[in-house]
Amino acid sequence: MSSLRERQMGKKKAVTDDKVDVDNEDDLWWWLIQRGVGASFLCISVFALLVRVAVSLHPYSGAGNPPKFGDYEAQRHWMEITLNLPAKEWYRNSTTNDLSYWGLDYPPFTAYQSYVHGLFLRTFDPDAVSLFTSRGHETYLGLVSLKLLMRWTVLSSDALIFFPAVFGFVSVYHTGRTSSRKTDITWHLAMLLLSPCLILIDHGHFQYNCISLGLTVGAVAAILSQKELVASFLFTLALNHKQMSAYFAPAFFSHLLGKCLRRKNPILEVSKLGLVVLGTFAAIWWPYIHSTDAIFGVLSRLAPFERGIYEDYVANFWCTTSILIKWKRLFTTQSLKTISLTATILTCLPSMVQQLLAPSSKGFLYGLLNSSLSFYLFSFQVHEKSILLPLLPASLLALEEPRAFKWLTHLALFSMFPLLCRDKLVLPYMALYSLFTLLYHAPGQSTGRSSTNKTDYSSVASIMTGFLYLCSFILHIVYLTMRPPEKLPFLFEAIIMLLCFSQFLLFAFYANAKQWLLSSKRSTTDKKKKFI
Amino acid sequence: MEDQNPSISTSKLLLWFFSISACVKLLLIPSYHSTDFEVHRHWLALTRSLPLSNWYSDETSPWTLDYPPFFAYFERSLSLLAHLVDPRIVDIYNGLEYKANSVIYFQRISVILSDLFLVYGVYRLTRNLEVKRRDLMWVLIVWSPGLVIVDHIHFQYNGFLLGWLLLSISCLQEGKDLMGGFLFAVLLCFKHLFAVAAPVYFVYLLRHYCWKGLVRGFGRLSLLGAVVVAVFAAAYGPFIYRGQIQQVIHRMFPFGRGLCHAYWAPNFWVFYIILDKVLTFFLRRLGFSIQIPAASFTGGLVGDSSPFAVLPRVTPATTFIMVLLALSPCLIKAWRNPRPGLIARWISYAYTCGFLFGWHVHEKAALHFVIPLAIVAVQSLEDAKHYFMLSIVSCYSLFPLLYEAQEYPIKVLLLVLHSILMWLGFSALFNEESATTAANKKKGTQFKTKGSSEKGGFALGWVGKSYLFGLLIVEIWGQFLHPYFLGDKLPFVPLMLISIYCGLGIMYSWIWQLSRILEST
Repeated sequence: MSSLRERQMGKKKAVTDDKVDVDNEDDLWWWLIQRGVGASFLCISVFALLVRVAVSLHPYSGAGNPPKFGDYEAQRHWMEITLNLPAKEWYRNSTTNDLSYWGLDYPPFTAYQSYVHGLFLRTFDPDAVSLFTSRGHETYLGLVSLKLLMRWTVLSSDALIFFPAVFGFVSVYHTGRTSSRKTDITWHLAMLLLSPCLILIDHGHFQYNCISLGLTVGAVAAILSQKELVASFLFTLALNHKQMSAYFAPAFFSHLLGKCLRRKNPILEVSKLGLVVLGTFAAIWWPYIHSTDAIFGVLSRLAPFERGIYEDYVANFWCTTSILIKWKRLFTTQSLKTISLTATILTCLPSMVQQLLAPSSKGFLYGLLNSSLSFYLFSFQVHEKSILLPLLPASLLALEEPRAFKWLTHLALFSMFPLLCRDKLVLPYMALYSLFTLLYHAPGQSTGRSSTNKTDYSSVASIMTGFLYLCSFILHIVYLTMRPPEKLPFLFEAIIMLLCFSQFLLFAFYANAKQWLLSSKRSTTDKKKKFI
Repeated sequence: MEDQNPSISTSKLLLWFFSISACVKLLLIPSYHSTDFEVHRHWLALTRSLPLSNWYSDETSPWTLDYPPFFAYFERSLSLLAHLVDPRIVDIYNGLEYKANSVIYFQRISVILSDLFLVYGVYRLTRNLEVKRRDLMWVLIVWSPGLVIVDHIHFQYNGFLLGWLLLSISCLQEGKDLMGGFLFAVLLCFKHLFAVAAPVYFVYLLRHYCWKGLVRGFGRLSLLGAVVVAVFAAAYGPFIYRGQIQQVIHRMFPFGRGLCHAYWAPNFWVFYIILDKVLTFFLRRLGFSIQIPAASFTGGLVGDSSPFAVLPRVTPATTFIMVLLALSPCLIKAWRNPRPGLIARWISYAYTCGFLFGWHVHEKAALHFVIPLAIVAVQSLEDAKHYFMLSIVSCYSLFPLLYEAQEYPIKVLLLVLHSILMWLGFSALFNEESATTAANKKKGTQFKTKGSSEKGGFALGWVGKSYLFGLLIVEIWGQFLHPYFLGDKLPFVPLMLISIYCGLGIMYSWIWQLSRILEST
């Protein structure tokens, strides 16, 4: 059965290859793609690694900024905690584990990852992970500094998880697409591996998003190649690495359920998936599942409701509308929780229903985009960095929606600009931004990124986007050079937030509409087929 | 970006290539920089604050000006901008060891922008070339890892200088001999180390440009001479006028330095030193009493005493004669048949000779022949194979320049990326060519161009493969095994191994280039 499918895929690939050979005569990238996708993947990934290493030369969040430092110190502190305390103590406040100082607030898989990385750190620099004394440890020791070791842990996670996942996704995705040319595949790889936001946050600001996002991409690749069990396993891992991966959960849930309902024995299929998910959860939560107290203890750490509905100036619904409606004053945290949950679910619902009714690979990718967008816009406690999650499915869809992808990347970068300024990452921000633009507009593609979608875009829309590009450009400069008025110290952040929010909202409408149009298109083609 | 038509303008495309590398170079701004950074900063301050007559006699900093006057003028023009950015950069006393962001950004960005000269040189060279070879040459030169390591991390302006060299070569290739000679003279007034190729230029220009009958020839010779003299006058005139010329010459040729740099460049003298050591060892075993010289090679500065125990002492004059001897076959070839198509090969060969046999050669000088050899590399399969090996070896020999752990992954990734790009590019170019020739042979029959691993394809022989594999072993030994097994003992061994091993590769390259030149008709 599977061999037959493979053979069919192989045939399809051969067909596309033949077609490619015909039409890449005067292509600029002939030399890059001549040896096949594997070779170009190798080449692009080495370049992507080089860019990552270069970005990691720059400062991290909270460098030299006591007493609490930043995300970098949080990650280091988790390594210290996981390495020195038994697993049961990791999430519990005690004399040895002060949760008010960067207490562990990610699920256990992150804790295990911290443990492994802590082991790596300890072999080189035991002081960096010793209990208590290592807080704010930033010293240079000989030739290898702690910063470097920490950077290398992110780099290796990226290379070992995100890169293979992207390769898996691209090879599966493009065997399913008949219209892909080799240059398109190469371009798509470059877009995925050189996403400026992800590089800036992981290798500049310092986080391990590459792990959870990589696992998610792996899960998506598994779904596209019809391996539902693998997909649910990988997605559960992602969920247990960062609870934020739940942004994608509605899409996974609805797509898998929709698919199972179409099979001979839906209940069996659903229970198989459920078993995999529960089994993975049980394995990861093993130290805690012996008592309900322990489970709730961990859970309460994972959902920090006391931090309020929004933080800083994130471009989502709650923060933006708080200019007019003071949500925090009008409602209690408890009712805000319910309100935001309802809003999130309501906005997710259309795309979920679409996937339940007509599950398809393309629809699933749009579903991922829509559900993560609605979480970003409406859920409780969203951070600027969470824009990485909607950006991921958008980049998976980059060949379908080149313009929208570019626009979203632009906005996502822009929405994180104040944060990156605080981290002193303006130079890598500019360099990666230009690198992205250059690669996006890489010359020599006979099907230009813009020409395919030209019909969708009226001149009014392109004038609008041009105007907005100009606005954001001016805002960048204003933010860097001017001081806000004394009365309104966060004026510029608020303007950036307003601009981004309005566009994200529009984008959410657009993506939802596209997803629904997919099924209507499909039904019309089905009808046509029947007529024939 | 409406790029429906395939004929996008060449310059725009080339700028795209440049911008990609510029983005990476921008990211590398905070990386390690050597003392050359402070050297160039001091030159900015020196040319800005002091009158011209004191440029070559100032001793505020140990980093005295030792480049020819055009480079000083170049620094002077940069210093005008630097003054606007931050006046302290060009302050000759307060600016010493100045490490603020302003000076780092200013100097780094000045290198990135001055690379535009290199880009223009490449553009001139490739504008009439077949598209595929053109793209490949861009990849080899504009994305050269050696230039990134030396210019954008270690800090120098080689890209800018090599731009002049490429411009000059492109003029010669097009038959514009006078212009080529002029540009070369300008280059010499920027950095006199480029003078190694002067004999080739001299012979070539004499034969190709001036050898046109007695009257016309003499006219051309005097024209050429006038141009060169004018360039040199523009450079050195102000110093002659102020009576500084002796001081300038003294600073430009510091023969007080030793035969080898602190880190031995992988050249002929490495083997000479090793042979001396081995001979000493054996002769002492045999009972001869041989004094071990006091001067050492690792110090960089060698006094008057000979550092050799057995073999004869090497003086600057010896090295000069050796370089000329090594050059002579090429000069004879150039005299007999001065063909513009071969000039790039000859010039690269001249720099290879200078690198192998020269006095106090820096490993960085490898760029002087690796970059122009890229022009030759895309010409034939054999050249491509040779370049593939040479380029990897020369880039690897630059590794000791960046010794900090922070830059370690950067240099390794740069080399790996370059190797992959070369491998992809060369194999795509030459496999396709061999395939099409095969297809042409079997004209009429529908021959599928699939099996590209036939005779003519791009593949290294087992010697080349094992040599490159040996590089990996040398690196693993130096980085991991040596510190693990020997600790701090014999700290010079890893560097020495790199020098010897790369020296082998570059000696091979020299012989190979020589044989190619002798073969050519």
